Amino acid sequence: MPPLTKKERMQIPRQPMPEQAPLERNKNFLEVNLGLTEELARMEAQRCLQCPKPVCVDGCPVGVQIRDFIQLVSEGDFLGAAAKIKHDNALPAVCGRVCPQEEQCEAKCVVGVKHDPVAIGRLERFVSDYERETIGIRTPAIKPKTGKKVAVIGSGPAGLSCAGDLIQLGHDVTVFEALHEVGGVLIYGIPEFRLPKSIVKAEVDALKTLGVEFQTNAVIGFTDTIDELFESGYNAVFIAVGAGLPYFMNIPGENYNGVYSANEFLTRVNLMKAYKFPEYDTPVFDCKDKNVAVFGGGNTAMDAVRTAKRLGAKNAYIMYRRSEKEMPARLEEVHHAKQEGIEFVFLTNPLEFLGDENGWLRSVKLQKMKLGEPDASGRRRPVPIPNSEYVTELDMAVVAIGNGSNPIIQKTTPDLSYNKWGNIIVDEATMKTSKEGVFAGGDIVSGGATVILAMGAGRTAAKAIDNYLNSTNHR
Amino acid sequence: MNKIISAEFLAADIKRFVIEAPKIAAKRKAGQFVIVRIDEKGERIPLTIADSNKDQGTITIIVQGIGKTTKEINSHKTGDFFLDVVGPLGKPSHIENFGTAVSIGGGVGTAIAFPTAVALKEAGNHTIVINGARNKDLVILEEELKNVSDELYITTDDGSYGYHGFVTQKLQELIDSGRKIDFVLAIGPIPMMKAVANTTRPYGIKTVVSLNPVMVDGTGMCGGCRATVDNKTVFVCVDGPEFDAHLVDFELLTKRNRTYNQNEKVALESHLCTIDKAFFEAVKTETIHQ
Repeated sequence: MPPLTKKERMQIPRQPMPEQAPLERNKNFLEVNLGLTEELARMEAQRCLQCPKPVCVDGCPVGVQIRDFIQLVSEGDFLGAAAKIKHDNALPAVCGRVCPQEEQCEAKCVVGVKHDPVAIGRLERFVSDYERETIGIRTPAIKPKTGKKVAVIGSGPAGLSCAGDLIQLGHDVTVFEALHEVGGVLIYGIPEFRLPKSIVKAEVDALKTLGVEFQTNAVIGFTDTIDELFESGYNAVFIAVGAGLPYFMNIPGENYNGVYSANEFLTRVNLMKAYKFPEYDTPVFDCKDKNVAVFGGGNTAMDAVRTAKRLGAKNAYIMYRRSEKEMPARLEEVHHAKQEGIEFVFLTNPLEFLGDENGWLRSVKLQKMKLGEPDASGRRRPVPIPNSEYVTELDMAVVAIGNGSNPIIQKTTPDLSYNKWGNIIVDEATMKTSKEGVFAGGDIVSGGATVILAMGAGRTAAKAIDNYLNSTNHR
Repeated sequence: MNKIISAEFLAADIKRFVIEAPKIAAKRKAGQFVIVRIDEKGERIPLTIADSNKDQGTITIIVQGIGKTTKEINSHKTGDFFLDVVGPLGKPSHIENFGTAVSIGGGVGTAIAFPTAVALKEAGNHTIVINGARNKDLVILEEELKNVSDELYITTDDGSYGYHGFVTQKLQELIDSGRKIDFVLAIGPIPMMKAVANTTRPYGIKTVVSLNPVMVDGTGMCGGCRATVDNKTVFVCVDGPEFDAHLVDFELLTKRNRTYNQNEKVALESHLCTIDKAFFEAVKTETIHQ
């Protein structure tokens, strides 16, 4: 068969992602997206124009060789494609699922100018799943051991990607995790139906095979301070502890029973498996036939509201103070949420939670908003509409408006520089902090962002740490 | 995995565990806690470190079996393991030489107050310990406390041992007798801590309590342990667990601690059913073997 012409390629429609039926999946925790078949994947790969200058790569924070791996997919060399991706990405099966490709690689895709962009994320997911399910995850070759030791604090996306790069460069790496399971937000935050925990575990296991050591139940700052890590023989430290201190709205009634931070609600359900209570011991609010509202418009808000629906909520609302257009959540998540019966209440701001004499949430007082002038974020600022207050019944509320920075490192490492929000200040080109041998990246530096941005920071730091360790005067 | 070096009941349902945890033993200070998880399906349970031994690399925790998980913890024996023990968490107690310090423990709170009583004594305080229990059988750590205090008063609600009455009545007597008290630490059930706060408030005696809210991660990540202190929301796990007793909203804490009462009941019932079933199976097997 002769290769397709550019025109022929452009005529192939973007291949749909097979998924569980909405009204079936909103009652279970199985993965929503089922993954492309081999045929769909090869067809989708044919859509790639194989640009001489692949601009899609510029949109990838970790620099995956997108054009080249897609070429291999179109040839049916799925294992070759998987190896190609892993050259730049330690967690491809994770990224293929949770990256906001529509804002990154796919936003740059040339096909996307006139048509739908090539489904890069779906192809990434396909090849990494293919490898894992057929021959198991292969690990890349590692350079000769340097004898240098790096401590990575936090096992979320930033920590894992940094560890993956450093181990390949020949350094010894230990990742310290405060919780009892490795993966950070990939485990406690992102739900099973969007990112199965078995997939996180498989990618973590691949890092273990490469030689990365993991210490769970290690709260750096308390268990060991950063200085003690150096004293015990580490030559460099990468801080990737995430944001990890949930914001509340500071409105009256926020401490009623039934009001959760998204972190707590999701941690109970995802990490502690409260959706299997009482088989698992940790409980969560019984959402069955209840009215649940999630406040916020990001991916975490979507995760929380779709989780509540799966736990049996009668009405599951997203309440957001701006309009749909300003919501930071991925389009796919919003689309999925709508299909699953999530009700969106836009331009609405909570003023007060109301409860009963036993301290349980009963309702919320809301206020209608309209959009005013753009604010610092460039989005139009929501402005209250006078005399628009109303009260609606509510049994459970989840506050999903983001995270501040966790105080433990700051309190125990005063000789690092922080900004006024407690984020660690770094040189953005190298992720180097004000403290010798200490680097930082991910949400603890940037504030709440995405998995892939954190992974990008991890990669940048790994490169800088490698340079630092190869220099003559390191710790 | 952390090995249990010794496990013994101090009173009905109250068990003392010495656990292998060298890192925590080396680091921990009075007032800090650990989170324990017994198995893959277990909850994360915060427990104050009652004591530690750096040389042997062990910490001591004292657990009262109330719900399903604490009862399961207490079914563990010497030589068994806990799957996860993480710590030390929380801020250490603020210790200084206040002058005369009273450490009040109610029920299993006695164990939680113990390390701080030791630290207060070591800092040079004249240390008075008031140890309250419902009855004689529930009095714990009497010998240990005798060794670390200048004065020890045991109170029982029913008068079956020591002073007949509540810890607050004993405290009030001390105040009324004209003793100059500079600092009070109270740890125990919420009604007791609230009563102690009310007792010392009119005299302006600096009083500290250790709060025991529901927690998940214990590192500030979830915000489930929030309480109101001085009309502001705090996260007990990272801002505490010890706070100025006169500023704590005890009513809110009481209500928030009841969030999972219904679930607890379900869990405990299904747990007891399993035990009953196991017992039944064991009896059946035994009968067959006979």
